[in-house]
Amino acid sequence: MSDFMHSGWALYIAGMTAISLIACLALLLFASRRKVMAKDNTTGHVWDEDLREMNNPLPRWWMYLFVITVVFSAVYLAFYPGMGTFKGTLNWTSMGQFEAEQEKARVAMGPVYARYQTMDAAALARDTQAMGIGQRLFLNNCAGCHGSDGRGSKGFPNLADKDWLGGNTLDTVKKTIVEGRVGMMPSMAAAVGTAEDVKNLANYVLSLSGSAHNNIAAELGKSKFATCAACHGADGKGNALLGAPNLTDNIWLHGWGEKAIVQAVTAGINNVMPPQGRLLTPEQVHVLGAYVLSLSQSATVASQ
Amino acid sequence: MAVSKTTTPAVVGADDSSEQVVSLYRAQTKIYARAVTGWFATWRWVLVWATQLLFYGLPWLHWGERQAVLFDLEARRFYIFNLVLYPQDFIFLTALLIISAYSLFLFTAVAGRLWCGFACPQTVYTEIFMWVERHLEGDRPKRMKLDAGPWNLEKIWRKGGKQLIWVSIALWTGFTFVGYFTPIQTLAAEFQSLTVGPWEIFWVLFYGLATYGFAGFMREQVCKYMCPYARFQSVMFDKDTLIISYDAERGEPRGTRGRKTDLKVAGLGSCIDCGLCVQVCPTGIDIREGLQYECIGCAACIDVCDTVMDKMQYPRGLIRYDTQNGLQRHLGRQEVFKRILRPRVLVYTAILGVLCFAFLWGLATRDSFKVNVVRDRGALARLVDNGWIENVYRLQIMNATEQPQRFRIQPSGMEGITVEAPLELVLQPAEARWVPVAARIPPQVAESAGPGSHPVQFVVDRLEIRQPAGGTAAPTAGGAAETVLDTLREKSTFIVPR
Repeated sequence: MSDFMHSGWALYIAGMTAISLIACLALLLFASRRKVMAKDNTTGHVWDEDLREMNNPLPRWWMYLFVITVVFSAVYLAFYPGMGTFKGTLNWTSMGQFEAEQEKARVAMGPVYARYQTMDAAALARDTQAMGIGQRLFLNNCAGCHGSDGRGSKGFPNLADKDWLGGNTLDTVKKTIVEGRVGMMPSMAAAVGTAEDVKNLANYVLSLSGSAHNNIAAELGKSKFATCAACHGADGKGNALLGAPNLTDNIWLHGWGEKAIVQAVTAGINNVMPPQGRLLTPEQVHVLGAYVLSLSQSATVASQ
Repeated sequence: MAVSKTTTPAVVGADDSSEQVVSLYRAQTKIYARAVTGWFATWRWVLVWATQLLFYGLPWLHWGERQAVLFDLEARRFYIFNLVLYPQDFIFLTALLIISAYSLFLFTAVAGRLWCGFACPQTVYTEIFMWVERHLEGDRPKRMKLDAGPWNLEKIWRKGGKQLIWVSIALWTGFTFVGYFTPIQTLAAEFQSLTVGPWEIFWVLFYGLATYGFAGFMREQVCKYMCPYARFQSVMFDKDTLIISYDAERGEPRGTRGRKTDLKVAGLGSCIDCGLCVQVCPTGIDIREGLQYECIGCAACIDVCDTVMDKMQYPRGLIRYDTQNGLQRHLGRQEVFKRILRPRVLVYTAILGVLCFAFLWGLATRDSFKVNVVRDRGALARLVDNGWIENVYRLQIMNATEQPQRFRIQPSGMEGITVEAPLELVLQPAEARWVPVAARIPPQVAESAGPGSHPVQFVVDRLEIRQPAGGTAAPTAGGAAETVLDTLREKSTFIVPR
């Protein structure tokens, strides 16, 4: 009732509801009898020379149906919330019903998931039923960003390759699903130096993975990599604890090429995966995590 | 056209100006319809047997391992003999409903409310319930006497017995109805072991109660006040529609007379005013007042009047199926029947024929599987190795048969469009599965096609099932020729980023 600050509004609504119900019955009673001409069963009105209104009464049971709806409303209002702030004798809320249904589903699904809790990722990956459940969970919860095949796109990590920003154990994947992740790289432009320095650094970074780059620029940029090494490591192989990507492989989450790297160094990166823990039960997360890990094991998802 | 007669016709010369206050709601007056036999009554019983044998019997038939007709709402599969229908096949239900509607138009244009009088469940169950009533409480006069009489042992057992049988029929009807949605043999076993689910019990009782209430008590009230078809059928009548008509010219002036009375001398018509046509009417009207909206076209009055005419040795057909034109213009039977083939009827027939043909043709040529393509919305496109561009789709493949099926998925429509690995899958009987598919094009093609969206298709081939040599079904080894049994193409778009 946050829209109505004053409790008077609750009384007003309760009063109006009660009056409306009583008025329905009163109107029915008041309008249930009418005058007709005694002999010809018309109302005595004649229009357009010969049009007359006949009295063709409704059956009485039809009227009783109307009375039943009014009685139903009264009973309903006693059981359920409706009369202002009165909560109803059943204490029903939509949230309560939602939670009860969730609980019911959890109990129903309990035996299905129970079997999987003791299984590790490798065992789950061999279980077709578990992978079927995992795939459906993935399509419903993850595919929106990571793609139906889990291969992501720019800014959304590919889950089907061997590159794992946060580590490739079932526990780290589960942690990522439940708590989400923040991939934060601060703007390094000031620390690196001039725009020319950044460009040289970008070429050096490209050289780490053997990508096409300008050799001279890369040599010049090499010394600047010290600022990056704190997170990405002196050899540029990244750090799973910090979520710092490996720069020596050919996987470019935020875009490939000099331009993309210059952009990342200059503006920094702030990549957020929202936590999913509230949407999934721990049992579901376990199966889903195993499914995500399985994506990098198989070339095709479909043929299982 | 339909003329609504008042229950109390105006009396000429009476004081019309006197007013009275009446209730706008009329109490239901119980109708004691007299039993009737004859040509039309026999036809009604034929239809009662036909429809009810079908309704009560169908769920018990088997088709292979399963119930022949089963609507599995939970799994969303609808089994009708050899057909496995998906919710996506809703078009067939729509077609069936349109065919039903057009049949109603056609029958009504030809001979009025044939459906109401002979085949409608309301009529059919009322007929069955009245049969029970008649056998326990006797025909009209006995029932009226029983109702008026005091409650004694005989009344109790006759009424109680009737209720018992009514309730049994109603419950069996409810049980049969639920048996179309839950396998009926499982349901029967569950009832025996008292382990039926709450929803099954609810629907058995709900449908049973509807049958009991409508056929036992509401009867003509359903047709008069609840049924929309009853009302709008009257606008499909025209002057050449066969309706149940009383030949007033021949019948009037009505009056009692002896069998030997000379009509001309006595100045009487053929109607002996026995009132039987009113007594047999299930809606309690007098057909001699002309066409009325309450008339359900059951033809009981025709049957009974013919027996009276036979007894009086008058020609039959004082009440008969005739048209307004036929009565007014004194058309012969030949002429009346010839007028049935009027443009309106022919147009209805033609449309109905086309619809029926399309329906059957659609069912016969229905694909053994279905494909839906849904493009991933999260990411439009992505760059993969060597500058190839990839788009991701989800394909839903649905097996509409009860055999396992094997499929191959290929994209087409752009030069060089392909998938990374060959996509093949086997679907179990009646299984539907979502398959993520990543289609990719080479950089040169993306270059020449330009940024934007391009039409592509997914070609899904149904292949012959391979018996797995050992363990799992192996993907085809390279160039082995495959027999393609069936192919479906589904359109989508491929997006090349800027």
